Amino acid sequence: MIEQNVVKVAMADLNVIKQYGLIRTSGLGSCIGLTMYDPILHLAGMAHVMLPSSEIAREGELNIAKYADTALPALLERLQKMGSSKSNLVAKMAGGSQMFAFGGQNDTMRIGPRNTESCRAKLQELGIPLIGEDTGGNYGRTIELDCSTGILFIRSVQMGVKEL
Amino acid sequence: MRVFKQFKELKMDVLKEVGNIGAGNAATALSHLLNKPIDMAVPKVQILRFEEVSDKVGGSEQVVVAIFLRVEGDAPGNLFFILSPKSAKSLLKRLAGIKVANDDSFNDMEMSALNEIGNILSGSYLSALADLTKLSMSPTVPSLAIDMAGAILSYGLLQYGEMGDDALLIDTTFLEGNHEVEGQFFLIPDPESFAIIFESLGVPTEND
Repeated sequence: MIEQNVVKVAMADLNVIKQYGLIRTSGLGSCIGLTMYDPILHLAGMAHVMLPSSEIAREGELNIAKYADTALPALLERLQKMGSSKSNLVAKMAGGSQMFAFGGQNDTMRIGPRNTESCRAKLQELGIPLIGEDTGGNYGRTIELDCSTGILFIRSVQMGVKEL
Repeated sequence: MRVFKQFKELKMDVLKEVGNIGAGNAATALSHLLNKPIDMAVPKVQILRFEEVSDKVGGSEQVVVAIFLRVEGDAPGNLFFILSPKSAKSLLKRLAGIKVANDDSFNDMEMSALNEIGNILSGSYLSALADLTKLSMSPTVPSLAIDMAGAILSYGLLQYGEMGDDALLIDTTFLEGNHEVEGQFFLIPDPESFAIIFESLGVPTEND
């Protein structure tokens, strides 16, 4: 593939990309990589969500990109500021796996499924349709959204590359 | 936002010593398993942004073999024992009784052996720590994963996620003489555990 404009999204971060290029985040385990895409303006946004809800936050200054309930509205706002209209946006997401299985299940270990549920609920609340999802399992993923086509590429060690 | 103000030098030294004693004991156990001398690097204690934690093992997409266990008890935390797939194969080859396939994948027997090695080594790490601090530290059953480092290590950061965007990591590397087996221990105590560890070791906490 020809080297092109790539925007990287770090853990507990969000970013946007315009017109052409790729936006990617790597090494998703229990975290969720959530993308919103505007096919008309070729605008794409991605958030690397780490935790389901900011209610548990004890940090002084909230990192809104870290929690599902705050990252999704923030991403929407970024895209709207760039001219996108909510009715054009579609969402895709991947991640939320359970990498380790422990006998005594505590809530921390179920973080992947909880992140997934929280992102789904928030999207529904915002009224953005979820048109593609690759979540769960027990493996890590790296995802890449092509801003010109809206295709989401999902790569994992065991499963190879998948397109959504 | 930073979770920690940088600890004073004394405290960082104490945490280094914690890593030193834990990993030293584990290295001895490994040396007995392999019947070979094992070298250990000076432990590193660092406060890292989440993203930087997986850079310690070659980046978030680097495939690693990891044995993960949660430490429960007085000073909870997360302990990882991490090997490159190549080191893991070398380690298996050096242990008697296992036929090791020469490809990149790991079969059930190999995974189970690695899990057990991880269990023994992590157990020695923790028991040395418990002896030193007189705190109760009980490991959960270890769990093995061979996958992207970012996906694996993020499990050690969840407790920090509620508080900020960085974590404190006690990192110890050990290697067999000719570098064919190289492994790393990451101990990531929960944020609340530091005061308990310091207190147990008689480190004054008032002048932070």
